Amino acid sequence: MATLKIPVGPSDHVEGPDNAPVTLVEYGDYQCPYCGEAHPVVKAIQKAFGKKLRFVFRNFPLAEMHPHAQSAAETAEFAAANGKFWQMHDALYEHQEQLGGALYLELAGSLGLPAAALRKALEDGTYREKVRADFMGGVKSGVNGTPSFFINGHRHDASFDFETLSAAIEAAGGK
Amino acid sequence: MPNPESPASVLPPGAAAPDFALHVTPDQTLGLRELRGKPVVLAFYPADWSPVCGDQMALYNEILPEFHKFGATILGISVDGVWCHRAFADARKLRFPLLADFELKGDVARRYGAYRQAEGVCERALFVIDKDGKIAWSYCSPVAVNPGADGILEALEKLPK
Repeated sequence: MATLKIPVGPSDHVEGPDNAPVTLVEYGDYQCPYCGEAHPVVKAIQKAFGKKLRFVFRNFPLAEMHPHAQSAAETAEFAAANGKFWQMHDALYEHQEQLGGALYLELAGSLGLPAAALRKALEDGTYREKVRADFMGGVKSGVNGTPSFFINGHRHDASFDFETLSAAIEAAGGK
Repeated sequence: MPNPESPASVLPPGAAAPDFALHVTPDQTLGLRELRGKPVVLAFYPADWSPVCGDQMALYNEILPEFHKFGATILGISVDGVWCHRAFADARKLRFPLLADFELKGDVARRYGAYRQAEGVCERALFVIDKDGKIAWSYCSPVAVNPGADGILEALEKLPK
């Protein structure tokens, strides 16, 4: 059974209390259609479990398959550095069909982030290492595709539909 | 008859890796012996064209640079024919060889203990072979579960330098 090798830490994007009984970690790719399907499911799960759940998102761009996955992940990290990770994360999934430079700059503008700084960060690869570190941590934990979920450190190999995922979270102590 | 529900008993660490020569393109074959001196990763898998983002071969394609850090060559093996492999590799932009265990069907997989008789396909079985042609690590995953790459990378790290 694959287990999470990198504990949740200060460099992670976290929603929900640190002392929640269940931590759900997703390794995802902004261009992956299955991750796009999982996005509203995760939102519904967060709503259903409230403070009993801590949710963490880590990057796992399948860049060979998805040419915009890496740049989208770097855009989200840029937003994170400016305190707007979750807003950008949601916006990227909600506009998954339009990923690319024009969208990133538009979203940055609408979130009040400096577009010029984003353009430079993407050109310089400022967040490339952070995204790669997430990816390699995922590989070492047995991430085998996207999305991959870990519930309290154990890889969830079953489906990620709402019923299956919420049953697994309940079983892990989120009841 | 082996139970089709339980994973096959794949060749264990310490065993000599059976040699083979399989088609890698319509007019080229690749032999295991040709790769002596460097580690080899053999990834048997049931079939080309499994669902996109959870695909085992696509994952290995993403982390090829990590395998190359160990000087390792990765080879995918299934019973699909060369033309099927070519279409699959083109569609997924795979940059490592896929071998066709096609004639006699599944012969190499059988010799590694990695053939599913009931379905006529390979197991999801992984082997790390050391530079001397000996199996250093092997693993057979439940057929529906993509085993990822963590086990392979750990095994490569443990190989004597």
